Amino acid sequence: MKYIDEYRDGALARSIAETIAREALPNRHYRFMEFCGGHTHAISRYGIEDLLPSNVEMVHGPGCPVCVLPVGRIDDAIRLAMRPEVTLCTYADLMRVPASGGASLMKAKAAGADIRMIYSPMDAVLIAEAEPARHVAFFAIGFETTTPSTALAVGLARRKQLANFSVFCNHVLTPPAIRAILDTASLPEIERVLIDGFVGPAHVSTVIGTTPYVALAAEFEKPVVVAGFEPLDVVQAILMLVRQVNQGRSDVENQYIRAVATEGNLIAQAEIAEIFELREMFEWRGLGELPMSALRLRKAHAQFDAERRFDIVPIPAADNPACECGDVLRGLKKPADCKLFGTVCSPETPMGSCMVSPEGACAAHWTYGRFRDRARASTAQAAA
Amino acid sequence: MSPPRLRARKLDIRNGLVDLSHGAGGRASAQLIDEIFREAFDNPLLNQGNDQAAFDVAAGRMVMSTDGYVIWPLFFPGGDIGSLSVHGTINDVAMAGAQPLYLAASYIIEEGFPLADLQRIALSMGRAASEAGVAIVTGDTKVVERGKADGVFISTTGVGVVPPGIELSGDRARPGDCVILSGSIGDHGVAVMSKRSNLGFETELLSDSAALHGLVADMVRAAGPSLRLLRDPTRGGLAATLNEIAQQSRCGFLIEESSIPVRPEVAAACELLGLDPLNVANEGKLVAIAGPEAADSLLAVMRSHPLGRQAAVIGEVTTDDHRFVQMTTSFGGGRIVDWLAGEQLPRIC
Repeated sequence: MKYIDEYRDGALARSIAETIAREALPNRHYRFMEFCGGHTHAISRYGIEDLLPSNVEMVHGPGCPVCVLPVGRIDDAIRLAMRPEVTLCTYADLMRVPASGGASLMKAKAAGADIRMIYSPMDAVLIAEAEPARHVAFFAIGFETTTPSTALAVGLARRKQLANFSVFCNHVLTPPAIRAILDTASLPEIERVLIDGFVGPAHVSTVIGTTPYVALAAEFEKPVVVAGFEPLDVVQAILMLVRQVNQGRSDVENQYIRAVATEGNLIAQAEIAEIFELREMFEWRGLGELPMSALRLRKAHAQFDAERRFDIVPIPAADNPACECGDVLRGLKKPADCKLFGTVCSPETPMGSCMVSPEGACAAHWTYGRFRDRARASTAQAAA
Repeated sequence: MSPPRLRARKLDIRNGLVDLSHGAGGRASAQLIDEIFREAFDNPLLNQGNDQAAFDVAAGRMVMSTDGYVIWPLFFPGGDIGSLSVHGTINDVAMAGAQPLYLAASYIIEEGFPLADLQRIALSMGRAASEAGVAIVTGDTKVVERGKADGVFISTTGVGVVPPGIELSGDRARPGDCVILSGSIGDHGVAVMSKRSNLGFETELLSDSAALHGLVADMVRAAGPSLRLLRDPTRGGLAATLNEIAQQSRCGFLIEESSIPVRPEVAAACELLGLDPLNVANEGKLVAIAGPEAADSLLAVMRSHPLGRQAAVIGEVTTDDHRFVQMTTSFGGGRIVDWLAGEQLPRIC
């Protein structure tokens, strides 16, 4: 396929991989975090790990919107969907995310809730228009990538003067999450993630640009290379990170110049600013309560805000205590380190959100990479 | 003077709708069967008008398979629920290496379903069956109230005969056997998805829905006992099929991504929808596992058959206690090819 195959060229990948192996200093270990689930997926899907030398290690980050959504918000969405007058529209990824007490949107749908899977928030607006007797609530999630389309949907609903449409807003922001990963000075040593640099967000950066990472890179002295989601993008970004580390630089570089401008997409930013404002505090799974890390609808658009219309008051809910999604999301643990992984937790019966979304670290490792655990286990056994 | 003959008015197929009386077993039912199904399927066994079909069979092993069809939309590029219900069941019978002989068809129709659509579906079934040389010899029709079904659901059952000496089964794959795929994957799933209103993309792509027993007969003749098993990768796609076989045969697979044919329009649609062609349904493709000695002769007969032109060896059976289906990606790394968790798209067949 034109303009896709070029970014999946195996011969070129091998040549970049050889350069990485040549330039990576044999006496040091490189640990890079790919922030986005899209990168996690590409690394697993194309087997990029097999192309890297053993001293270049990738650590999965928290950039999977489904994964970082805390259980309480799923509970809220289920309660919303169970209201007889409400039709809840959601991206399919969310359907199987475990909620409190073994519930999920999928189970709520089977129990009679009117939950519909859609591909675009615009579909939810059209459903609201077509079914005026229903209240159509859109379960909005995602980083800055998906926020503009939610903003456009609210704008469209306003222009159509729809009284039966609202958004249950869970949009979160990338830079505060990166800060939360890096700002570990106050944490005990065991909870500090050791990383040498970031493969920076792809689609998020098309919206916000590369500037928001500059202060983070400088403050924490970690290089950031914004990279696309194709496998060659990732491999090239890893080479760029190795070079920055070797040269002692902590710059923000842009590998994804075909899509990302330094200042981002100003029109999309304006749309977001028009509809949304910052929340003082928002809970993230794994990262806890982070200040100024999420969005809600502005008061001027309160009529489209499901939280205001239905008085949704957050009820704290705990993760399954044995689930290690939190540590996986912070890069402290790898999926196979969790004792639930592959035993009671699998994509068919997920215990934690990281096993649900295809972008989740556990789902990606289970679906594409778990054969390597066996190789690792036998190497460890041989060494012992 | 002979008594006046009772002449029922013909069904108004152009404007009429199925109503509850068409399933009640009375005259209206008989008329629906006569004017729509018997017209479309026309064959001596059906025309006897019995509740069953009685026929002679050759000595040997028989095969029987049944399948329900709930696909939506009912009409899609390259086929419809009628032709699919013939091809799908013929293929399930054929994957035993059998010659399919007869089909039975059962309908659950929703009140209010247009007679014109029902006739179109029946004619398509009749055409598919006659092209395949397999007669639809008995059937049943039920009508349920509006809202209790969605248009029409069809269930077909097929019987066939296996030639002597052929024993194909999912537990017969052995390490070192080769894996052959008959052609490009994902055509059916993508063609159907393109017609789902909420997905909104257009493609010229047609479903690959086809009866594979002719191809199977050629393969059985060419490979004889070296042919271990056949399976058609329908729901769940090639990925599900290989995983099923790995479980049944207690083996693993190693396949090469670059050897698996995928049409550019399928690759593009999957890219857009975030799908993997390995998980997308097919209705006219088969996977063959055979001893390596038969690979060349199998490929030769497959490629000379219209439904196997793109046949390729895509990998081999491995020894693996974990029963992993592994793949070398075109990019150069390794990965697992797993079952798809959850439902990719409901009602694909």
